[in-house]
Amino acid sequence: MAQMTMIQAITDALRTELKNDENVMVFGEDVGKNGGVFRATEGLQAEFGEDRVFDTPLAESAIGGMAVGLAIEGFRPVPEIQFFGFVYEVMDAISGQLARLRYRSGGTQSAPVTIRAPFGGGVHTPELHADSLEGLMAQQPGLKVVIPSNPYDAKGLLISAIRDNDPVIYLEHMKLYRSFREEVPEEEYTVELGKAAVKREGTDVTLIAYGAMVQASLKAAEELEKNNVSAEVIDLRTVSPIDLDTVLASVKKTGRVVVVQEAQRQAGIAAHLISEIQERAILHLEAPVMRVAAPDTVFAFSQAEEVWLPNHNDIVEKANEVINF
Amino acid sequence: MKRTLEGIEEQFEMLQILNENGEVVNEEALPDLSDEELKELMHRMVYTRILDQRSIALNRQGRLGFYAPTAGQEASQLGTHFALEKEDFILPGYRDVPQLIWHGLPLYQAFLFSRGHFHGNQFPEGVNALSPQIIIGAQYTQAAGVALGMKRRGKKSVAITYTGDGGTSEGDFYEGMNFAAVYDAPAIFVVQNNHFAISVPREKQTKAKTLAQKAVAVGIPGIQVDGMDVLAVYAATKQARERAINGEGPTLIETLTYRYGPHTMAGDDPTRYRTEEMDTEWERQDPLVRFRKYLEAKGLWSEEEENKVIDQAKEEIKAAIKDADNYPKMKVSDLINNMYEVLPSNLEEQLEVYKEKESK
Ligand SMILES: Cc1ncc(C[n+]2csc(CCOP(=O)(O)OP(=O)(O)O)c2C)c(N)n1
Ligand SMILES: [Mg+2]
Repeated sequence: MAQMTMIQAITDALRTELKNDENVMVFGEDVGKNGGVFRATEGLQAEFGEDRVFDTPLAESAIGGMAVGLAIEGFRPVPEIQFFGFVYEVMDAISGQLARLRYRSGGTQSAPVTIRAPFGGGVHTPELHADSLEGLMAQQPGLKVVIPSNPYDAKGLLISAIRDNDPVIYLEHMKLYRSFREEVPEEEYTVELGKAAVKREGTDVTLIAYGAMVQASLKAAEELEKNNVSAEVIDLRTVSPIDLDTVLASVKKTGRVVVVQEAQRQAGIAAHLISEIQERAILHLEAPVMRVAAPDTVFAFSQAEEVWLPNHNDIVEKANEVINF
Repeated sequence: MKRTLEGIEEQFEMLQILNENGEVVNEEALPDLSDEELKELMHRMVYTRILDQRSIALNRQGRLGFYAPTAGQEASQLGTHFALEKEDFILPGYRDVPQLIWHGLPLYQAFLFSRGHFHGNQFPEGVNALSPQIIIGAQYTQAAGVALGMKRRGKKSVAITYTGDGGTSEGDFYEGMNFAAVYDAPAIFVVQNNHFAISVPREKQTKAKTLAQKAVAVGIPGIQVDGMDVLAVYAATKQARERAINGEGPTLIETLTYRYGPHTMAGDDPTRYRTEEMDTEWERQDPLVRFRKYLEAKGLWSEEEENKVIDQAKEEIKAAIKDADNYPKMKVSDLINNMYEVLPSNLEEQLEVYKEKESK
């Protein structure tokens, strides 16, 4: 076992799958010689050669389209979009094409593409780098959307994503890249897609989060503990499809729920999850299910990021509201 | 007709007026600039070089945020801009802050832009420009629109837009030029080819021998210019502007240049993808050195004059940083207020929440 940051765990997963399957290909802007702007692909070109790990010209639309084509030719492409805010450039390739290949061909073709991209607030990027756009992806049937919250899951989920025979959008929160290390096995292992994790057991309230908000929720749970409130924390890990079994089991246990997302409040993952909860478990609820989310503006200009982003205090406050309802 | 697949070798000759020793090599193309104008051009290049040095230092001290260094590209940036009039409209990329400043954007606002404060994007009346575009290529399609609008309104002005060598690979690059071409819109499309898109070298961006020849595909003139030669850049842009306002349509200008610094100040390490020899080779062609030699030979420039510009730049930068420091901090409630002309009810409610939060 080695101590790894999330970015190292991601590189490790890519290396594992490049070794395991000669059809795996990694490409995108600056991923070759430069090893990616965050060094996620550091050393991979040197190890696996330019045919399998390579720079593309600067065009997201063609990165997506070429991935579809390579998948048709039997490859297992793992393209990178340098920052997920640039996804608008490649929306047709993703939602108009990639997500529909299996469906359109009546199940005779598939597109085992994993698109990786950094996103997420708290690192003071310029505009259109940090936006949480997982809701946009989750609205597209045919895609799976994965967001790891820690190094261990990052490796296991990425390996699963690459091996999955359907397209996966794999989103990496920039703030988590190097914020902490943990034990990550050097050997290969998978973390199942579509399965949430109970990160902390509790009995009074359930906090459901994903990405960087998992850490914030765990911190909130510790705060709540000081006031004798026992919070359960669930990490969705895959935001589409959502693991309702794990969610509902917890809801039935605590009867009180706060859903946390870094994305804006309007539409989004939390809104969807809350509908599912109230449709399926209303009689178990002691209070309305509440949301902690960013306000409904475009992602904050960097000077106001800290106030704009939800944090553990917001979660504690909401949890208390739900408890005192 | 010969039917082969041998292809066309489009070779575009590079326009140069001053060689690297500051000697005129192309009398015919020498633009008609007064002594005062020549000195002003030098003033701007020296000033901008200092601004770049100070910005990098301020960024390292944590006093500036997002910053894309400009040293090496002064002739490309300021030579194109010098051919413009106040009423012309600039659609810049993230590295094109100098053009905005010389178009009238107050320095303290450029610093606020860097710090991620929206006041940096609140351009004063009469500064005809958009704030720097982050999405590579988007400005090219918008330039077609601004230019077409100018034409429909009968204005005698142009829209000028900038991207880099990497930017020429985006679909928007072709689409924007093609639209402007179809409507003979008064647009100038500039590609500052600094030979790298972050780490990706120009040769990996396209098989085309030049970027200027991409104009051929949309049926407009394209020209490759020595981007370290401010007079050549100026002359080409001046001509493109004349064509544009005469109703002859857009032009593509590729300037051959180099960025001395890292891609941005956010952790890029050029030694991973560039050699020292390459750096020195380009620094040998430095636009300031070359133009200084030319002006000195004409008796128009001296060390004393240069030092005056440097001192003035340093003082103004210091004052602008102070102004930026003193500008009211941005609030989330300000962001909410800027989302729509009339706030919808969800935002009205959220505005109250954040006002309350921010009053504590
Ligand atoms: C649509 C889009 N894709 C990717 C990026 C990330 N990115 C920022 S600058 C850059 C390289 C641009 O190179 P070039 O066009 O040559 O301009 P230069 O920075 O060299 O001036 C990349 C890939 C972006 N900002 N927008
Ligand atoms: Mg470039």
